Amino acid sequence: MAPNPIKNPTGNQINPFTNPPAATNTIDGRFYLPFARGRQQTDFLLDVNFSIPASGVTGIFGPSGSGKTTLLRCIAGLQPCVESHLRVNGVTWQSAAPQATNLPVHKRPIGYVFQQPSLFPHLTVEGNLTFARKRATQPVSVEAYEEIVQLMDLGGLLDAHPESLSGGEQQRVAIARALLVKPRLLLMDEPLAALDLARKREILPYLEKLHQSLDIPILYVSHSVDEIARLADHLLLMEDGRIRESGAAPALLSRTDFPVQLGDDLGVLLEADVIERDAQWNLLRARFDGGDLWLRDSGEAPGERIRIRVLARDVSLTRTEDTDSSILNRLPMQVVDITADKDPAMVLVRMTPRATSISDNRGIITARVTRRSQDALGLAAGEEVWAQIKSVAIVR
Amino acid sequence: MLSDADLAAIWLTLKLATTVTLLLMILGTPLAYWLAKTRSWWKGPVSALVTLPLILPPTVLGFYLLIFMGPQGPLGKLTESLGLGTLPFTFPGLVIASLLYSLPFVVQPIQNAIEAQGQRPAEVAATLRAGPWDRFWHVTLPLAKPGLITAAVLGFAHTVGEFGVILMIGGNIPGVTKVVSIQIYDHVEALEYSQAHWLSAAMLIFSFSVLLALYVLQQRKSAGGWRYGP
Repeated sequence: MAPNPIKNPTGNQINPFTNPPAATNTIDGRFYLPFARGRQQTDFLLDVNFSIPASGVTGIFGPSGSGKTTLLRCIAGLQPCVESHLRVNGVTWQSAAPQATNLPVHKRPIGYVFQQPSLFPHLTVEGNLTFARKRATQPVSVEAYEEIVQLMDLGGLLDAHPESLSGGEQQRVAIARALLVKPRLLLMDEPLAALDLARKREILPYLEKLHQSLDIPILYVSHSVDEIARLADHLLLMEDGRIRESGAAPALLSRTDFPVQLGDDLGVLLEADVIERDAQWNLLRARFDGGDLWLRDSGEAPGERIRIRVLARDVSLTRTEDTDSSILNRLPMQVVDITADKDPAMVLVRMTPRATSISDNRGIITARVTRRSQDALGLAAGEEVWAQIKSVAIVR
Repeated sequence: MLSDADLAAIWLTLKLATTVTLLLMILGTPLAYWLAKTRSWWKGPVSALVTLPLILPPTVLGFYLLIFMGPQGPLGKLTESLGLGTLPFTFPGLVIASLLYSLPFVVQPIQNAIEAQGQRPAEVAATLRAGPWDRFWHVTLPLAKPGLITAAVLGFAHTVGEFGVILMIGGNIPGVTKVVSIQIYDHVEALEYSQAHWLSAAMLIFSFSVLLALYVLQQRKSAGGWRYGP
C-alpha cells in the first residue's frame, strides 16, 4: 500500500517517502508492461519512457492498437504495471523499489474522461456531478460548480437521467464531472470517438473552451489528426506500444517523414495572425512565416492568432505564376527537398518562402504531386516554384 | 378453514423465511461480490459448492446436516460443549439448513448483477476519488439493486417452499419445526383433504404472486438478470 499523502496548506500533495521535488513542471513516466493473451509469447508490449510539459494539451496520437489507451490507464493507475515510474510536477505517484510507491487511483489528483461517457445510470445528471464534487481534492465553491456547469452548458439537463441524453450531452456531463474533482491532471481517452460527426462538431468547441479556460495539463488520446491538430500543443506519437516521437505539435505534424502513416491527412500546421477582414468578399487575410493567405471569414478578429492546416494534397505547383487561376493563394516558394511518398506515383515536395533562407526552415509548406509532374516541371532542391493552395482550414 | 395448528405453521414458515432471507442477504452479498470480482483459483470450487444445493436431493443435504449437527458430528460436539445442546429438531437448526439450501438462489442473482456491470462503473468511481468501500456502497450496490431484489424474493420464496431438508433435520414439532409444507404432508397422511386443500391453495397463490411480481419487475427494469427461475 502507498503511504497516505500529506496535504500542505496550498492543497498540493506531498509524499514524505519520495525524493525532494526536482522538475516541477513536467510529467515524467516510464512504463513497461507485456501483455500475453493466451499462453504463448507476448502479444503486446507497452514500453514507454517520456517527459512532457505539465501544461497545455499533450496529444497522444497513433493508430488503433498502438497502446495509447493503455498508457493513459497506466498514468491513471487503472492498469497495474510490471515496471513503472511516474512523477507529476515533482511528486512521485508511482515508483519501483527501493522506495516503492503506488498511489491508488482514487488518491491521484486526476480527472478521467472515458471513451464511452460512462455516467452512473442510477443517478441524475446533478447526482453524477455531485458525486464528483463531494470527493474533490479541495472544496468546490458554488461559483466554481456553476462555472463548470455553464462551461459545459448543462444548466437545462441537471434533472435528467443519463439514458435520456444524447451521446454528446452525456459526454459533456462526463467532462464536467471529471473537472469537478478539481484534478491537477486531466486525462481524456478519445472522448469524441464514440460520437458521430455532428456530435463531434458539437463537443469540439467545448474542448477548446476547456483548453483556454483551464490551467491544468490535459493528456488527450486520439487517432484523429483533425482533433490533434485542433487541440494539441505538444505531441506524443505512439506505434506498437512505443513512443516514436515527442515534440511540439505544429512542428511534428508538419513533417513529411511523419513516423505514423497519415496518407491523405499529411500536411503542415501553421500559426498565423489575422491581419485584415475583407467584408466585401467575406475573406480573411492571415500572415504566417511564409507570407499571407486568404481564408474564408469565419468570424476571427484582426490580431487574433489562429492555427491553420494546409494538406499536402491541396497544394499544386506551377513554374510561373498562374494569374488565370481561380486559386486565390499563390505563393512564391523555393524547393527544400523532395522525398518519396508511400504511394510510388507520388512525391512530397517541401518548400520555404523565397524570402527566407532555406536553412531557416520557417513557413514550410508541403505539396503532394505526381512523380510525372516532378519530372515534367524539372523540380529539384533549390528550384523556384509557385505553390497554389486550393484550400486552407482554420483548425483553431 | 385454517386451524390454529395451520396458522402456527404459517407463522413459523414466515419467521423462518424472513430470518433466512435477512441472513442470506448479509452473508450472500459479500460472497457474490467476491465471486463476481475474483480471479482466484478458488472461484471454481466455491461456485460449485454454492450451486450444489440446486441439484443435490434435499434428503442428501438433510442427511449430512443431521450427521454434522448431531451429537457425534463436529458442529454438534461444538454446540454441546458450549452448552447449547444439538441443533437438529430446533429452529436454529432449520435456519442453518435453510441457509445452505437457499444460498444459490441468493448468490447467483447478485453475482450476475455485479458481473453485468463490468469493471467500468467501479473504475469511473475510482477516478472520481472514491475509495474501495465508497465504490461498493455508492456504485456497485445501487447498480445491483434489481439483482438484490430478485435475490431476496427468490431466497424468501424458496425457503417457504422447502420440504425435504426440513423433514430430515426438523421433523414436525408443532411451533418449533413444523412449517407449512410439513403441515400439508401431515394433513394428507391423516386423510384430512379439505385442510390440505386450504393450505395448498394458500401456498399456490403465494408462490404465483411472488413470481408474477418478480417478472413484472424484471420487465420494467431489464437489468440485473437471473439465470434460472424455478
